[in-house]
Formats: sequence, structure tokens, C-alpha cells
Amino acid sequence: MYSRAYKTIVSAPPLLWVGLFLLLPYALMFAHSFWTVQDGVLVHHWNLSNYQKLLTNPLYAEVLFRTICIAGSVMLCSLLLGYPLAYYLSFHSGARKELLYQLVIVPLWVSYLVRGYAWKTILGSEGVLNGFLQYFHFTHEPVSFLLYSPFAVVLMLMHIYTPFVFLPIYASLEHIPRPLVEASQDLGASPTSTFFRVILPLSMPGLLAGATFAFVLSLGDFLAPLLVGGSSGTMIANIVQTLFGAVYDWPLGAAISVCILLITLSLLFFTQRLEKRWSFK
Amino acid sequence: MSSAAIPQPVSVDENVPLLEVREVAKRFGPREVLKHISLNIASGEFLTLLGESGSGKTTLLRLIAGFEQPTAGEIWMTGERLDTLPPYKRRVNTVFQNYALFPHLNVRENVAYGLRVQGAPKNEIPVRVDDALNMVKMSEFAGTRPSRLSGGQQQRVALARALVNRPQLLLLDEPLSALDANLRKQMQSELKALQREIGITFLFVTHDQEEAMALSDRIALLRDGVLEQVASPREIYAHPASAYTAQFIGQTNLLHGEIRRSIATCGALRWPLEEADAPALFSLRPETIRLCPDGKRQTNEVKFRASVRQQIYGGASELLEVDCGTGQLLRVRLPACGPLTGEHDFVFYIADAIRVAD
Repeated sequence: MYSRAYKTIVSAPPLLWVGLFLLLPYALMFAHSFWTVQDGVLVHHWNLSNYQKLLTNPLYAEVLFRTICIAGSVMLCSLLLGYPLAYYLSFHSGARKELLYQLVIVPLWVSYLVRGYAWKTILGSEGVLNGFLQYFHFTHEPVSFLLYSPFAVVLMLMHIYTPFVFLPIYASLEHIPRPLVEASQDLGASPTSTFFRVILPLSMPGLLAGATFAFVLSLGDFLAPLLVGGSSGTMIANIVQTLFGAVYDWPLGAAISVCILLITLSLLFFTQRLEKRWSFK
Repeated sequence: MSSAAIPQPVSVDENVPLLEVREVAKRFGPREVLKHISLNIASGEFLTLLGESGSGKTTLLRLIAGFEQPTAGEIWMTGERLDTLPPYKRRVNTVFQNYALFPHLNVRENVAYGLRVQGAPKNEIPVRVDDALNMVKMSEFAGTRPSRLSGGQQQRVALARALVNRPQLLLLDEPLSALDANLRKQMQSELKALQREIGITFLFVTHDQEEAMALSDRIALLRDGVLEQVASPREIYAHPASAYTAQFIGQTNLLHGEIRRSIATCGALRWPLEEADAPALFSLRPETIRLCPDGKRQTNEVKFRASVRQQIYGGASELLEVDCGTGQLLRVRLPACGPLTGEHDFVFYIADAIRVAD
């Protein structure tokens, strides 16, 4: 159909892009993870010492485990918030659908940083929430666990990623033909039964996509822990950032990045398999 | 489906209705879709709701299924108020227009769905599902997903999925409209035979008058949310109550005229009629008009002379358009008779000119 020259010209830019900005950096990162730093100088000497450090120093495992817990909590909370929201909008919002949809999307227009600082002013010891609690005498002293804690990180990430979870779920719910819901009720299934037997299975691809978004994006996040996490809320990306930006131990940072990449890729592989199982076209 | 069952006419007993629609009205915003409809459906009957799109036939079906609430009126089934129950508590099942089979379930699971959600005994479910699949000849597809089935096969599965629940009333919402013409005809006869065999009451919605005539014990003709006429196909064809009915069901000639001093006059046609003086409208079916080669007529016949304007050959019959002079055109259906030209004498029985409401 198309000439060879045409195909080459059309496919060259994206291939170049992927090569230059994806494959090359990953290759460099991968190579770095097997090198070392001696007296502040990068030594191109191939070895596994970085990975040994990761396995032997319990700090890394601890932070990685905490990161996975936080990402998992964000995923769960966003699903618990995003799914009912999407369900309500898709099935029961009637004429307010457009408006509500816009309201869910609007936070995405606000800068990540601005929202981070907003949470600081809400959760801080002099913050809005503590002021409220003290004003109504729920407490006499500022509640300290609100800010600079894993809780604050989960809260902020959930706020940021819920729209990302909402969107694919909403899209999959909108694609469910309404006669299927009627058919289920017609056959004697109550609304609850209809939800679990028809709506939930058919919205599974959207749910999986949303869950993956929330988990993977949270896993690599370093701004939320930086802004509201404190020392107890440090995540793995903060360590990578410190290793690259402050300590200049690029090889160790690269080794951690390779680990995160492997976790993410295996997760994507897993959810893709699941999504195939739940698609019926 | 059974091929052995020979359709027998059901005697429709209006005294023990299965379903009663009492003065039901439905409006969507300013639009009044149903205007105080009353209709009884007898047990075992095949009743067709016939009407153009927008006549309210699907809305009436959805009110009975429970997907819409009536604005006014009541629906009763076997002495029980139906319209206050949610759809999943009604002993009514629906075959949807585009079948609405669950894409994530295979054929067997689709058919078993109703029994499962209603908690039928575990050992009973496979037996009933197999029976239902046998009935519609879909047993070999039990493990197949609906997306791999043809339209006709999906249709059968949808039918089995509804019938396996042994509903008192089966609602069918234009179930054949998505099929091509040949398959449609085949499914029509299978559907009819099946209904006779299992004796479940069918309420069938269609816009196709031929389909309605072929299938129904009775036809309820809807027009703009009002029941125009409810009668058996033969009755509704032979004695249409209104001009609309006469034109909608089959072809007809509408004759505008008047009755004066016991003579009906419609253009060139005149015949005695013992009725009060008034303007009148008559329906005269094309096939009730015959050629009158010898020019003689009986006393109960009307004779007229007309010239053939057009002749359309249709195999077993021919459709003529004739001019009775002064541009009054009539359609005449004759048994195949070879080419006709020029002027001829035609006759019809006075009784075949049915007076209809405008």
C-alpha cells in the first residue's frame, strides 16, 4: 500500500524519540547501576556491589516496603472514593452529569505544587484543620500526626490521583449498555445483585487501569513525601533523589531505580493479563 | 423449536385476564406518550402491540416490565398490583430488541442467570437450562460467548434466557427487527409454534403489520398513545374501525363521500345504504373488487366502469390502478389475469365497503 520511503519517514520521528528519550536513558541507568563511585569519581568498573548494598542495608528494604504500603493505600483509597463517584455519575446523576464530571476534572488544572502547599496549610499544627478541632474543643493541643506523616502523604496522593482512577472507571461504566442492567433486573436480580454480577465485572478493565495508575504513579512520587511526609513519610523516590542530587552516588540511585522499574513492569504485566481475562469483545 | 406443533387458535377469554392495564398514562416532560390506555391480555394469548415508531408501544411494554413508572393508572396481573413492584419482583420476562445478552457470560451462564439470582435449587438449574437450550436448539453452543453468535442465534439464547424462568407473561420488544428477511420469516413461525407449545402468554411489540398479522391472536393498534383498535387479525383487517387502521393494516381504498336519503355516494360510485344522512368515509380493500366481464350485477353489488391506468404484476396477483372517470383512482387486486388495457366493468359487494371513522 504505502511505499517503503513513506513508511520510513513516518515512523522515524517516534522511533527516534523513543530511542533518544526512553531506551538510551534506561540503558544508561542500567549501566550505571553496575558501576561504582570512588572518592566522588564515577568508576566504570562492572560489579554488583550496589545491589549487595540494597540487600544488606535494611534501610532500603524498609523504605521500599513503606513506599509499597503507601502506594497500595493510595490505590485502595482512590478506588474506594473513585469507583462510587464514577458509578454515581454514570448511573444516577441525571442532568447534573456534565457539571459533576467537570468538578471531578477541575483539580487536574491546579498545579501539583500548589495543591501540596494547600495540604500543608490544612494539616499543619497552625493549620485549618487543627484550628477547627481546637475551636470546637475536640482537642486542646494541635494534633501532630496530621502533617509530616505517611497519613499526610496518602491523603495528598489520594487527592491528586483520584481523578486518574475515576476517569478509566467512568469510561468503562459509560460503555456498559443500559439494556444489560435492565435485563438483569428483568431476570429477577436486585440492584445489589445486578451490581456485583453485571456492572462490576464489566467495569473491571477500567478498575484495573485506574488501580494501576494510582499505584504506579504513587510508587515513583517524591514531591508529596517531600512536602508533607516528614522523616517518617520518606519514600523510595526521595532516597533516589538524594543519591542523585546530594550524595552524588549515581550508581546506587540507578540500582534502586532499576528495582522500582522491575516492580512497575511486573505489575503492568500482571494487570495486563488480568485485563485480558476481563475483556469480552 | 418444535416443528410438530400445529398452531391452533386460542379462544380468548376476556373474563379472566392475565394482565389488566387500567387507564394507564405516561408522560415524559411535556410529551404525553400514553393517553389513558386500558387493555386486557388473556392467559395463553399472543397479543401484539402494533404501531409506528413513537406511538408508545415500547413505552407500554416498559411500563409492564417495570422499567418505567406510569404517570397515572394501574397495572394488575392475576389479581395482584404490578406497577408498584420493582422489575425484579415481577413474574414477567423480556426479550430485548438487541437481545441484551451478558457479554461476560457464555450461553449456558446467560440462560442460568435468572435461576441463579432467584436462588433456584442448585440441582435443578442445569436441568432446566439444558431443557431451555434444547427448546431453542442451541445446546451445542452452551459454552460459547454471545459475541461469537449470529443474530438469529443470539435471538434464540435471549428467548431461552427469558423462558427458563417460566414467566407468566413474556414481553418481546421488536425481537425480530435486527434479523434479515429470510431469517425473520423462519423465526416468526418458530416463535409462533413455540408459544403454542409452551402456552405462555406473549406480548409482542412490532411496527411491522405483516408480522403482527402472521403471529397474533389479537392485535392492539396504537396511534399517538391511544389504542385505535384491539381485535383479531381477521377482524381488524375485515372491519377496520378507522381510516388509520384500514390504511395501516394492509392496503385499502379510502372513499370520501356522503350518505343522503339512504344512498351512499362516493364520486362515481353509488349504492343504497340505510343510514342517517351524513358525510361518510369508506374503506374498500383492493381485493374485494372484481372484474365483471358480462356487465351484470347482483342486487348486493356495486358496479362501475373504469379505465386501467397502471398494472403491476405480482406473480399470483396483479395490482391495478383504475380511473372511474373524473380522476377518481381506485386500487384493484385481481388474480393473475394477463395484460389489461382500456375500460372494463368492475363490481364489489356493498358489504365490503366498510364505513370507518375519520
